[in-house]
Amino acid sequence: MIRATVKKCTLETVILKATLLAMAFLAFPASARAEALVADLSSHLIAITTGFQGSELLLFGATDGEGDVVVLVRGPEESLKVRRKDRIGGIWVNRDEVTFEKVPVFFRMASNRPVGDFVPYTLLSRHQLGLRFLELPVAEPTVLQADIVSFRAALLRGKSREGFYAPGEGKVTFLGERLFRTNVVFPPNVPTGTYKIEVFLIRDGRVVGAQTTPLIVSKVGLGAEVFLFAHRHAALYGILSVILATLAGWLGAVAFRKV
Amino acid sequence: MQIYLPIAEISVNVFYLLGLGGLVGALSGLFGVGGGFLMTPFLIFTGISPAVAVATEANQILGASVSGVFAHWRRSNVDFKMGFMLLAGGLMGSSFGVWLFSVLRGFGQIDLVISLAYVVFLSVIGALMLVESSRAMFRHRRHEAAQRKLHKHTWLHGLPLKTRFRKSKLYISALLPVGIGFFVGLLAAIMGVGGGFVMVPAMIYLIGMPTSMVVGTSLFQIIFVTANVTILQAYYNQTVDALLALLLLIGGVIGAQIGTRAGSFLRGEQLRGLLALVVLGVCARMFFDLAVTPGDLFSLVSQVDFSGER
Repeated sequence: MIRATVKKCTLETVILKATLLAMAFLAFPASARAEALVADLSSHLIAITTGFQGSELLLFGATDGEGDVVVLVRGPEESLKVRRKDRIGGIWVNRDEVTFEKVPVFFRMASNRPVGDFVPYTLLSRHQLGLRFLELPVAEPTVLQADIVSFRAALLRGKSREGFYAPGEGKVTFLGERLFRTNVVFPPNVPTGTYKIEVFLIRDGRVVGAQTTPLIVSKVGLGAEVFLFAHRHAALYGILSVILATLAGWLGAVAFRKV
Repeated sequence: MQIYLPIAEISVNVFYLLGLGGLVGALSGLFGVGGGFLMTPFLIFTGISPAVAVATEANQILGASVSGVFAHWRRSNVDFKMGFMLLAGGLMGSSFGVWLFSVLRGFGQIDLVISLAYVVFLSVIGALMLVESSRAMFRHRRHEAAQRKLHKHTWLHGLPLKTRFRKSKLYISALLPVGIGFFVGLLAAIMGVGGGFVMVPAMIYLIGMPTSMVVGTSLFQIIFVTANVTILQAYYNQTVDALLALLLLIGGVIGAQIGTRAGSFLRGEQLRGLLALVVLGVCARMFFDLAVTPGDLFSLVSQVDFSGER
């Protein structure tokens, strides 16, 4: 119910903002030429609270004319180990591993029509538009090419299974000629950090406008405090855990002594 | 009602956790075991990573043991000298265990080692309990009294550093409780168990302690060993989920009361037979998970370090 109201509010603001954007374009055509593309998010913060069930953001914007829009959502980068299991004596055991660097923790792409239809290959690869264009350097210098292929495929598969990557493209819808919008869905287990949302306006196979918007995904509330405390003051956290459990056990013993 | 566990990093239903704590608590009240060796597998089946399950269980057992030791303390069923000897070994064993845990985690083998340790221990203990309880049931039918020699002299009594334990009326080598403590401490760190299911039989059969002293003394030792494990796991591995431990504790304390009361209506050997079947069932499931071909042979491990990030 709360989510529904929040969404309604954001939708109204979005419509308002979009209208203002459109008016700006119409009123000042000269300044609009300087920026071929303007876009914004319904919110620049996703707060993961204790009862977080996932979130949906609206990205909207306006262009100065014809063209196709591609939206790229990239989470912060991490290095990621991929391990392969092998059967040893009847049970499955982790054997080989490959570490990939600069792996975005989250990846989504959306466009108003399939990118293959209007973006040249060089642009796809330069802007890493799509999972197969992700640049993921391997940390170990001695890994074989054949292994990299299968481990990389496993990485993309695993990330997609967790809901952090989406294999296909999302849908950008145009409202009229100039206004566009798309929804970006974040799963309940969305990783934290600073996300980068890139919007490209592509006309005749060239990028004529681009905009980058940050998005912060962060844990808030008690859960976040506990997590950070446990990692920053690990020893103190351990001692407090001991005291907490001891107190709880003692209270239990006292509570049931009289019964 | 879903609750987000900050360290386990998943959302789980609160009532499921309270119920799980209550169920395992009831089992432990019923059978007089700590329940760690059942709780940890159940947490793993829930989807909590084995590393977090093990470390959190140590924290939970700490609370459960504090709750249990009072009753024994009041009846003065704690042999403190023996307890401290066991503890000395236990602290060494558990510290070594947490270090080993960190090393294995670095190699990506900790989950495997935890599962394997469970399969081995649960199968041995389940089988022993099943045999013992079915024998007891058999004896019960024939109305035969169990006969056992009161004191056997083995090589264990030839060990050096002999010490007198007045409370337990024993004169044995100090190496024996220290050694048992070490082994049990190791299990506490690697498996997230109090180790009562190993220590109690060892104290009765190897040390020869009077049965009345055994449970109180082992609880006393478990409290300090699990406290040591909790702090070290939190420090080296950041795998202790205090919220999860607390929820399980609340369920467990209530469950234990129910279990203890229910236990007085049921016959001991039938109960032990039942527990043996539960233990063997859990063991089979764990082995199945190891042996069955996984859906994806690959797994991903993030290398993020949170110590300084915000």
